[in-house]
Amino acid sequence: MDGRIVAVFGNMVTAEAEGTAFQNSVAHCCRDDGAKLMAEAIRIRGRNVDLQVFEETRGLKIGDSVEFTEGMLEVELGPGLLGQIYDGLQNPLPKLAEKIGLHLKAGHYMEALDGDEKWAFTPSVSVGDEVEAGEALGSVPEGIFTHPIMVPFGWEGKWKVESIVPAGDYAVHDQIAEVVGGDDQRRKITMTQRWPIKVALNCSRERLLPSKPLVTKVRIIDSMFPIVSGGTYCIPGPFGAGKTVLQQITSRHAEVDVVIVAACGERAGEVVETLVEFPKLTDPRTGKSLMERTVIICNTSSMPVAARGASVYTAVTIAEYYRQMGLNVMLLADSTSRWAQAMREVSGRLEEIPGEEAFPAYLESRIAGFYERAGCLRLKNGKIGSVTIGGTVSPAGGNFEEPVTQGTLKVVGAFHGLSRTRSDARRYPAIDPLDSWSTYIGIIEPEKVQYVKGLLRRGNDVKQMMAVVGEEGTTVEDFTIMLKAEFFDNVYLQQNAFDEVDAATSADRQKLVFDTILEVLRMNFEFEDREQARKVMVEGTDLFRNWNYAATDSDEFKKLQDRIRGFIATKGRGA
Amino acid sequence: MRKFYDHITHVAGSVVTVTATGIGYDELAVIKTRRGSSLAQVIRLEGDHVSMQVFAGTQGVSTGDKVRFLGRPMQVVFSENLMGRIFNGSGEPRDDRPALDDEMIEIGGPSVNPVRRRLPDKMVRTGIPMIDIFNTLVVSQKLPIFSTPGEPYNQLLARVGLQAEADVIILGGMGLRHDDYLTFRNTFEASGVLHRTIMFIHTAADPVVETLLVPDLALAVGEAFAMQGKRVLVLLTDMTAFADALKEVAITMEQIPSNRGYPGDLYSQLARRYEKAVDFEDAGSVTVLAVTTMPGGDVTHPVPDNTGYITEGQFYLTNGRIEPFGSLSRLKQRVNGKTRDDHRAIMDACIQLYAGCRESREKRSMGFEMSPWDEKLLRYGELFEAKIMDLSVDIPLEKALDLCWEILAECLEPAETGIRRALIEAHWPKSLGDRAKTEQLAAKAEKTDPAYKGSAVTV
Repeated sequence: MDGRIVAVFGNMVTAEAEGTAFQNSVAHCCRDDGAKLMAEAIRIRGRNVDLQVFEETRGLKIGDSVEFTEGMLEVELGPGLLGQIYDGLQNPLPKLAEKIGLHLKAGHYMEALDGDEKWAFTPSVSVGDEVEAGEALGSVPEGIFTHPIMVPFGWEGKWKVESIVPAGDYAVHDQIAEVVGGDDQRRKITMTQRWPIKVALNCSRERLLPSKPLVTKVRIIDSMFPIVSGGTYCIPGPFGAGKTVLQQITSRHAEVDVVIVAACGERAGEVVETLVEFPKLTDPRTGKSLMERTVIICNTSSMPVAARGASVYTAVTIAEYYRQMGLNVMLLADSTSRWAQAMREVSGRLEEIPGEEAFPAYLESRIAGFYERAGCLRLKNGKIGSVTIGGTVSPAGGNFEEPVTQGTLKVVGAFHGLSRTRSDARRYPAIDPLDSWSTYIGIIEPEKVQYVKGLLRRGNDVKQMMAVVGEEGTTVEDFTIMLKAEFFDNVYLQQNAFDEVDAATSADRQKLVFDTILEVLRMNFEFEDREQARKVMVEGTDLFRNWNYAATDSDEFKKLQDRIRGFIATKGRGA
Repeated sequence: MRKFYDHITHVAGSVVTVTATGIGYDELAVIKTRRGSSLAQVIRLEGDHVSMQVFAGTQGVSTGDKVRFLGRPMQVVFSENLMGRIFNGSGEPRDDRPALDDEMIEIGGPSVNPVRRRLPDKMVRTGIPMIDIFNTLVVSQKLPIFSTPGEPYNQLLARVGLQAEADVIILGGMGLRHDDYLTFRNTFEASGVLHRTIMFIHTAADPVVETLLVPDLALAVGEAFAMQGKRVLVLLTDMTAFADALKEVAITMEQIPSNRGYPGDLYSQLARRYEKAVDFEDAGSVTVLAVTTMPGGDVTHPVPDNTGYITEGQFYLTNGRIEPFGSLSRLKQRVNGKTRDDHRAIMDACIQLYAGCRESREKRSMGFEMSPWDEKLLRYGELFEAKIMDLSVDIPLEKALDLCWEILAECLEPAETGIRRALIEAHWPKSLGDRAKTEQLAAKAEKTDPAYKGSAVTV
């Protein structure tokens, strides 16, 4: 179907078209210099189709032709995704730079997967076998994984293998098999398939209740506000509170197979940091470069807004694809507020009736729909795969009472709220231990966590009271509670991201340290006065902090552990 | 020969709608009125209705006026001849010198491909200790100065411009008072940097739409110089005026406001400008320092708030000083490890001690008794404010570090600073330390053995 442009306003184009128009189908606006700008149909009114253009609309004219397709916005899935850096529409950015230079230019698109690269394919089915959607026909090695080549997920019913290529090197678009379906339908299969990004990809036997703790090696998360494989969590926080640093740490240390980083409408500089650092860092679990388990979807703040809206969907679709292989995938979206703002911009141009702060009325359902694509699946072959989604939120003015934060809190399983007070006091990670919550069960028994949370709350109460009545007016018992809360904050909740050892604490070590600290917290020190209490707790803080800096099971580690045992045995009066 | 269109159907705010065909989005036009001619930019196409933003405003526009479309988007001259010149928000000379007819480049061009950026790792020396030591400015950084009206933010901006090592300085003035514009010009002239300065000045008396073009003009020229390998410093003041102009135009266009009247795309609009800051692989760089005045001193106001999410840190300018708390250069860690071995330690120690001093002051004002430690901190705070924080201090980084050591030595014992032993041994001022120690020893010796008095004590 073809159409003509009748209106242009910002990145919104209205086209008049004859024939069947499909909502959310892809169209191309043809600029008179030959460039074809990709767009998506987002509203149909009679013969008028409203399109959001994924590029700057500069130079488009009334009467320019529009080419409509019937397909929705899709991504290409196949071997070679890992290690890639894509924009929101899955254009490989390094190759785009080779082709068109320093700047991004409107109307240039490239194949997501390299059509020339050969992959060593090993078939796992033979002619005559029956297969169905999502089932493997064979596999290729992709970095550290065996990447199964699966029957396209959208194909319904059973298919009989008519031909399959022998083991050997093939390019991604080479035919590897031909299958025949129910009513003698013949179809060819290559190593790639396409999937519409706004449709959840779930080709499994059942969806499971996520329960396996996902270790990020950030103590305050794993021990206090845990997340699980297949779960969801959000990190709202004002600017400068450390959202992006926390995401970067998680992307390095989290115990998952694949990490998808969606840099959505944030600073380009931060992406560059990931781009430059990741290839140099090794994944302790595989000994290979971190880049080999990472896909970066990068639509930074100065790149076109509509493509920013698409970028989180592109990211989650790639995450779901790797889940279909039985892998644990983590999607880190930074920041979902920018995605919501992209929705707001489009909604404003469509002149829809606005909701709160001019966000569209469907904001919450879109947010919910996105987070619901996380989950833990039992696949048809019995394997279990998961997608965990962690999104940052950048609330205006750092105030959590705004639509995006509130809409997100309704649908996530854990909330890691960053506070300006903590980041100003250099207490990193600045997750507020009093406001944050998690509905999941982590590596520490819930009663222990409850005990500590109670202590933190009481400590905070005492601290506030002390601001009024002064130290003199506080009893030694209350003062001790406050000191214990501070002690836990100092030696456990705070973690130095720039120290090699302290930056990542394994689950076993967390359990050991947590239990040891719990002994201190539960102990009745019987202090005589506040001065003594302070002196003892300062000494304890120093011991535990140095313990955190000592490499696990090193001599230093054992030496400090002994001293800590002594500290506990003598109630801190040993020195 | 381009056609004239004279069927103006709609005039509202700064927007004029004319009936025309074959016009491209974002295209530039000239509208001829009785009061002269002005440039205008297409901001909406609807059938044969073309809406344009008129740079000079719509005062006196008549329905009989003529519009001629230029068939190209907004452009700006780019050549070496720009150096030392002053232009207005439409890119026309403001300095009584002839217009340039050199090569033209487009403004508001596309974003740099992120994979072609390099990680910033070079410091910009400004001679201002509060920046150089505590929140180092880095090449290609985008950093706002959050301030309130009445603060000397323009003086600060001019000083950074004068003292920073840059090949090209570009000043973009938005809603500037005419006095401020003249002050900038005179300062640059007197310091002899005018020959490498380019100014795009919109004063408060000029039409509001021209405000919107200033950052685009300044950054487009800056980017072009950077691609030739030049180190460019772009100074923008005041970005709040830019945001307010956006608001005005958006409301005129009947767009739904999102927060306090600002359009929903405020973040994207600001980001598109700030993200022009870049360090190119194998070419030059653009560093952006911009003033954002906070209405009512409120950092949660949409303009500073959105800015904070975009920029790589911020300087707070309050009471004529760069506030050590809250001010942050997100990129400082990339450079301050390579300057001098004591840089980071001094940075941390001085700020922690100054925080302590503020607490002591609070205690004092509440009437609590001052301990000897409080007294030391108070003394330290006073010296620190006078010798380091004062904006008139102009010394290179190394001298400033030495000065910090001297202040520390004057007020505190080495152990009280919390600085690592090795650094203390290397940097603690010998003369001062020795003198203090000598006096101490002498006093001690006097007590125990009067005969000891006067003998040389070597340490």
